[in-house]
Amino acid sequence: MRICALADIARGDALRVDTVSPPIAVFHTEDGEVFAIDDTCSHQDASLADGWVEGCEVECPLHASKFDLRTGLVDAPPAKRPIRAHTVTVSDGDIFVTLSTADPNLPPGVTL
Amino acid sequence: MSLSSLPEPVRSVTIVGASLAGHASARALRDLGFTGRITIVGGEEHRPYDRPPLSKDFLAGTAVASDLWLEGENEDLDADWRLGAMAASLDPATRTVMLADGRTVTSDAVVISTGSFAKTFPQLPAGVHTLRTLDDAIGLRAELTPGTRLVVVGSGFIGLEVAATARGLGVDVTVLGTTGNPLSRAFGTAVGEAVQGIQERHGVRIRNNTRVEAVLGQGGTGGRVTGVRLISGEIIDADVVVLGIGSIAATDWLEDSGIELGSGVVCSEVGETSAPGIFAVGDCSAWFDPVRGTHHRIEHWSDSRDRPAIAMAALLSIDAPAKALRPSYLWSDQAGSRIQFAGRLLGGETVDVEAGTAEGGDLLVVYRRGDEPVAVVGINQPKLVAAWRKRLTAPAIARPAIARSATSASEPSEPAVSIA
Repeated sequence: MRICALADIARGDALRVDTVSPPIAVFHTEDGEVFAIDDTCSHQDASLADGWVEGCEVECPLHASKFDLRTGLVDAPPAKRPIRAHTVTVSDGDIFVTLSTADPNLPPGVTL
Repeated sequence: MSLSSLPEPVRSVTIVGASLAGHASARALRDLGFTGRITIVGGEEHRPYDRPPLSKDFLAGTAVASDLWLEGENEDLDADWRLGAMAASLDPATRTVMLADGRTVTSDAVVISTGSFAKTFPQLPAGVHTLRTLDDAIGLRAELTPGTRLVVVGSGFIGLEVAATARGLGVDVTVLGTTGNPLSRAFGTAVGEAVQGIQERHGVRIRNNTRVEAVLGQGGTGGRVTGVRLISGEIIDADVVVLGIGSIAATDWLEDSGIELGSGVVCSEVGETSAPGIFAVGDCSAWFDPVRGTHHRIEHWSDSRDRPAIAMAALLSIDAPAKALRPSYLWSDQAGSRIQFAGRLLGGETVDVEAGTAEGGDLLVVYRRGDEPVAVVGINQPKLVAAWRKRLTAPAIARPAIARSATSASEPSEPAVSIA
């Protein structure tokens, strides 16, 4: 799935993609790497694209849970369940994502 | 920093306090590659759990205890847990912790993470609560039945969250604040008006600028609470009273240790106490703050979670690359509204409403020193808060860090209610 041109997401920014369900977030880090994870925090309903990115880690903008952008694993509570990480390729200046086939860990009250 | 009397390398660490900061310390030690013995002493019987939901989802009954555990799935800290064991004293010279049951734990280094106690008063009637622990929340929740009259003393975050949750349970709620609008002393009147509006639309009665003179109860000790009396003489009837009037560092057990205590355990800017090999993190600690130029006790959840990594690197004498101080962050969820704060307020900032209105419950307020944005408060504005947070300017350092300066600043505390 083509997301956008790499140049469309500035370094340090993220893009929420809601044409898929559940939505995903695509991050372009300060170091120039691109990662894609589920956008919805597994703890409570919040968009991780709005989160605080440091290195390969995003902090949820609501309750500060931290997730590893590479794996979706929880780096710091209160979240306990991982989110899905998706496969990213950058080709000819475009970002492509292959969605994980695992079941998403959505927070309470959020359904597909 | 002098760790000269410490065994090199550190082979064993005792962590006293099994909540957020204690758990984060154990995690940090393992993440940093420490393979020695970790002993975790906890005064409560519970495994480490998350406290913020105690006044929100857990009190409302929409979260259960197992939702609160801080340990991740499959997490194994390989620690020796001593839960339900209160620490009674500490001998810094031998780094021996004496437990209330007479057992002792001796190790190469000690981490103090005993947190804080909710302020309260002696000899209160039954039905008066504070909220700090899981058991406190269970006890309070049992009393919040529909139609019950609850009086909350204090209009800070805990009081407001309890009020909103209780109202959602059908409780009749009155909040008695000692200041103008709730939170206005810390964040200004615009935020105060917005928060008051959120609470009032939710059905909570807010009374500002009150002073409680006495908590009233039936009969003698153990009698049931009947209400509170204000200094004006007015009596407000209550079936249940919650005191949300601040906290004090849980450092009473250290009074004879010789470790320097102020508003909390006095620490360097990496969390080392006045005793070599002994560190303190979380609510009980007052780290040196190079921006303020004083020691400063912080009770923010995010600091309790994140600072242990700095302290544990210092404990293990690992030279971690210096990272810029991140702006503090805290949140409060009340009556379906999200209140977020990021940055650092020292007093004297200008306050600008950048978006929304107090009445609309969608306020965004930016605090500036000169032209520089240094803090932001958002009410139901998570995207704007996230954007502003990245633009905040780190304040200038007041003076170079001096580890273990002799003075320690006390934080101005919430004006106490006096209990007659």
